[in-house]
Amino acid sequence: MSEFITRRSVLAGAGAGAALTTLPISMVTLAFGGTREDFTFTYISDAHIQQIKGASFVRNWDQGLKRAVAEANLVKPESDFVIFGGDLAQLGKREELDHGAEMLSKLKGKLHVVMGEHDYYLDLGDYWSKLYGPHYYSFDHKGVHFVVLNSILTSEQWTFHRWPTAEQRMLEMAGLDNPNGSPFMVGDKQRKWLANDLAKLDKKTPLVVFSHSPLQKIYKGWNFWTDDADEVQALLQPFDSVNVIYGHVHQIQYNQIGNISFNSVMATAWPWPYPQSYAQAESHLPVLTIPMNRADPFFERDATGWQLIDIGSGRVTARYQLWDNDQRTVAFDHKAGRPVDVAYQEPTQRRLPQTHY
Amino acid sequence: MLRSTLLLAFGLAAFGATAARADEFTKADVERYQKEFELVAAKGRELWTSGAVGTNGVACAQCHPNAANTHPETYPKFQKQLGKVAQLFEMVNWCIRNPLQGANLAPDDPRMTALVSYITFERRGVKLAPGQH
Repeated sequence: MSEFITRRSVLAGAGAGAALTTLPISMVTLAFGGTREDFTFTYISDAHIQQIKGASFVRNWDQGLKRAVAEANLVKPESDFVIFGGDLAQLGKREELDHGAEMLSKLKGKLHVVMGEHDYYLDLGDYWSKLYGPHYYSFDHKGVHFVVLNSILTSEQWTFHRWPTAEQRMLEMAGLDNPNGSPFMVGDKQRKWLANDLAKLDKKTPLVVFSHSPLQKIYKGWNFWTDDADEVQALLQPFDSVNVIYGHVHQIQYNQIGNISFNSVMATAWPWPYPQSYAQAESHLPVLTIPMNRADPFFERDATGWQLIDIGSGRVTARYQLWDNDQRTVAFDHKAGRPVDVAYQEPTQRRLPQTHY
Repeated sequence: MLRSTLLLAFGLAAFGATAARADEFTKADVERYQKEFELVAAKGRELWTSGAVGTNGVACAQCHPNAANTHPETYPKFQKQLGKVAQLFEMVNWCIRNPLQGANLAPDDPRMTALVSYITFERRGVKLAPGQH
């Protein structure tokens, strides 16, 4: 049974006659040395709240975020904090950010927010900052060092000198397959900041980095890509245990590069196809990744979801909560030294819907 | 003699003319046909990325960059939400009605032709697999 139980699953279990008298204990002592406590956090990402006109917003995307927030509030044991992984808005408008922020304000507990390109390219993050503070920062929690990066920056030329209006700039960057877009970067200034931030840490400190874009180079055509990913990775590699958790791709991906484990998170808005489904381009999806199930493309919340993450061993275990679909768990396999999908390692064990569309 | 020669000459001329008409696809013609298709497919991409066929600003490209995961090579096929074997345009209309909150386009609406041209162009080179899921 899953370590995490939502009220919905408890009720469903009780209805089915299963006797659930106790919930799992909320904290266990540590697998990763010392006397720190284990903890979990909840990760919600890519809501893409989209204004139609006035107080009217696209219903599907609203519902995805509302459901994730409602269920995150029911999780037992309670998460220590919640991360929102970027792209709260679709076109960076105040109305969209306000509407999304109001939904996120219903969350219990501390919220940390990551900058997405859809939040940024209208006013370059000004209004977002009024709501959520600095574009990049770090914090410590129970012995783990967390870093939040703004990984969706690009060149000065593209940002400041190419478009007649801010609206045009936003529209160009919002299209995933738009050849007028530009690859994302963390950039020199922020990499210097990161180097300084990490310099004070013991290399044994478990490190978790949140970014919106992948910090690895997966598929440039759809900007599943960060141009200075290699330089950022070089700063992270000296640490014993590094985890990068990213949004943006609207699908399950995972990878291992040296000491760095990568896990993507789901979107609450809509799913994206895997790069190899585009027949005209070569795919660079990490070979470790087993593509996610598309059980029913005609179900409104198909292939969207949110996730619970624990770092019990200093490495990420991501439990993907998929609406109307089997949960997926991607956990670090210490023998193999990389993340694995717990249920679908063997091709013969993958259910038919793994390749269904 | 003269008459039959004339007839024969006329017959030959007529045959020759027919043969010439049937073989009249010049390089310039083929280029024009190709250009016509490209214009329509480009119009399709414009509709695909702009949200112009819906009412809520949602664009097809939000879920389907480069029209990926539309699988035009598998149609006609059984479509669960329609409860029958359907053609690609019927699936396009399902998307227009639902995520895009718009109204059905007729099968021969130039906008539908443009959308299907774009979708199919992005899957060029993939083998036909009608009915497949």
